[in-house]
Amino acid sequence: MRLSVDNLACRRSGRRIFANLSFALGPGDALAVTGRNGAGKSSLLAILSGRLRPDAGRVAVADVGEASLPECLHAVGHRDGLKSSLTAGENLLFAQRLLGAPRLAPREALERLGLGHAHDLPVAYLSAGQRRRVALARLLVCARPLWLLDEPTAALDTASQAVLADLMAGHRAGGGLVIAATHQALGLAGAAELRIEGAAAVQEVDVLEEWA
Amino acid sequence: MTRALLALIARDLRLSGRVGGSGALSLVFFLMIVALVPFALGPDLNLLSRIGPAILWLSAVLATLIGLDRLFQADEEDGSLDLMTAAPVPLELVVLGKVTAHWLTTGLPLALAAPLFGLLVALDGTAMGATALTLLAGTPALSFIGAVGAALTASIRRGGLILAVLVLPLMIPTLIFGVSAAQAASGGTVPFLVPLAVLAALTLIAAVVGTLAAAAALRWPE
Repeated sequence: MRLSVDNLACRRSGRRIFANLSFALGPGDALAVTGRNGAGKSSLLAILSGRLRPDAGRVAVADVGEASLPECLHAVGHRDGLKSSLTAGENLLFAQRLLGAPRLAPREALERLGLGHAHDLPVAYLSAGQRRRVALARLLVCARPLWLLDEPTAALDTASQAVLADLMAGHRAGGGLVIAATHQALGLAGAAELRIEGAAAVQEVDVLEEWA
Repeated sequence: MTRALLALIARDLRLSGRVGGSGALSLVFFLMIVALVPFALGPDLNLLSRIGPAILWLSAVLATLIGLDRLFQADEEDGSLDLMTAAPVPLELVVLGKVTAHWLTTGLPLALAAPLFGLLVALDGTAMGATALTLLAGTPALSFIGAVGAALTASIRRGGLILAVLVLPLMIPTLIFGVSAAQAASGGTVPFLVPLAVLAALTLIAAVVGTLAAAAALRWPE
C-alpha cells in the first residue's frame, strides 16, 4: 500500500492547527510524527483514520484495491476501544470478526505481547499498561497494512516497548506502513520524522527521498 | 458482512448481561410503572382494564428511553465507534446491528412480559394477547427512532434530556396506533388488523429511515 498526503491543513474550533503538511509513504516505510503537546499530532491521525475532515489538502491511497483508507488501517490511541466488562480474548475476537482479514488467534496475539494469562480476564481488571498491550494485540489479530499509533508507548514498561519495536519491525518487513505520533524514540529504524510546529509544519526528510 | 453483523449483535447482548450493562433495566422500569398505576388509580377493575393497554404502551415507551442515551455514547467514549467505522462494512449495518441488539434486550422482553404485567392492570386474555402482539410489532419502531436521537447526541455528555426531547414526539404515532390496535382487539368499531397494519408500517418505515439517519448522524465529522 502507498499513502500520500498533499498540503493537508487542519482546523479545529475555528483555529488553524497545521497547514501545508505533505508526505508520502510506501511499503515498509515508517513515519514518526513529533511536536509539542497540542501541535496537532492526534488531529493528523484523526484525519488519516477518517474521523476528522481536513480543512484543505488531500489524502490518497494506492495499491489497496477497492478498500478505503479507514478499511486499511489499525488505529491505537488513547481511546482504546476495549470494553471493560468483556475479557481481553472476547474484545480481540470481536475486533477480529468485525474487521475481517484474520491473522493470529486472540490467545496467540496476547501471548506475543506477554499477556497470555489475561485472555480470560475482564479488561477492567487490567492495569493501564496491560490494557494498552491488549489494544496493541489488536494489530496482530487482523492483517491491515497501515498502523496508526498515537503515543503507543504510553504506560508501557521497557520490556513491552521492546516487544512493540519488534512488532513494528516485523510489520514493516512484511511491507506494512507505520505512522506513530510520539514523544519518545520508538526504535523505528530508518523512519522519517514529521515535525509539526505551530501553524506551519516543517518536514525533515530522509528515507522519503530514497523511494520518491 | 453477516459475520461482522452477528459479532456486533453478540457483543452487545453479552455486554448488556455483564456488570454495568443495562440488560434488565428497561424491564424493571416497565414493571415499576405498571405496578404503581393501580396504586395511584385505586382498585377500580373496570377502569384499569379499560386503560390497561394504554398504560402498558406508555410504560413501554418510557422504558425504551431508559438507557437509550448509552446506545452509541458508550462506544463513542471508549473508541469502539472508531473501530466500527474502520470495519469493512457500511456504518448503516453497524447501526442495524446495534439497534437489533437494543431491541432484543428492551423491546422483546417488554413484549414477552406484557401478558404477565397485564394481570396487574386487570386485562383479560384477548387484551393481553393483543397488547403483547402490538408491542412485538411496535417496539422495533421505538428502538429505531431512538437510535437517531442516540446517534445525534452520541458525543454530548449528559445528552439524555436532549435525546428524550428529540425522539419523544417522533414516537407518538407509534404510541397512538399501538394503543388503538390493542384496544380494538377487545371491542370497538375499528377492526384489529387496521391499526396493527399501520403499526407494522410505522416499524418498517422507522427501520429504513432510522438506520440511514442514525448512520448519517454518526458519520458527521467534527
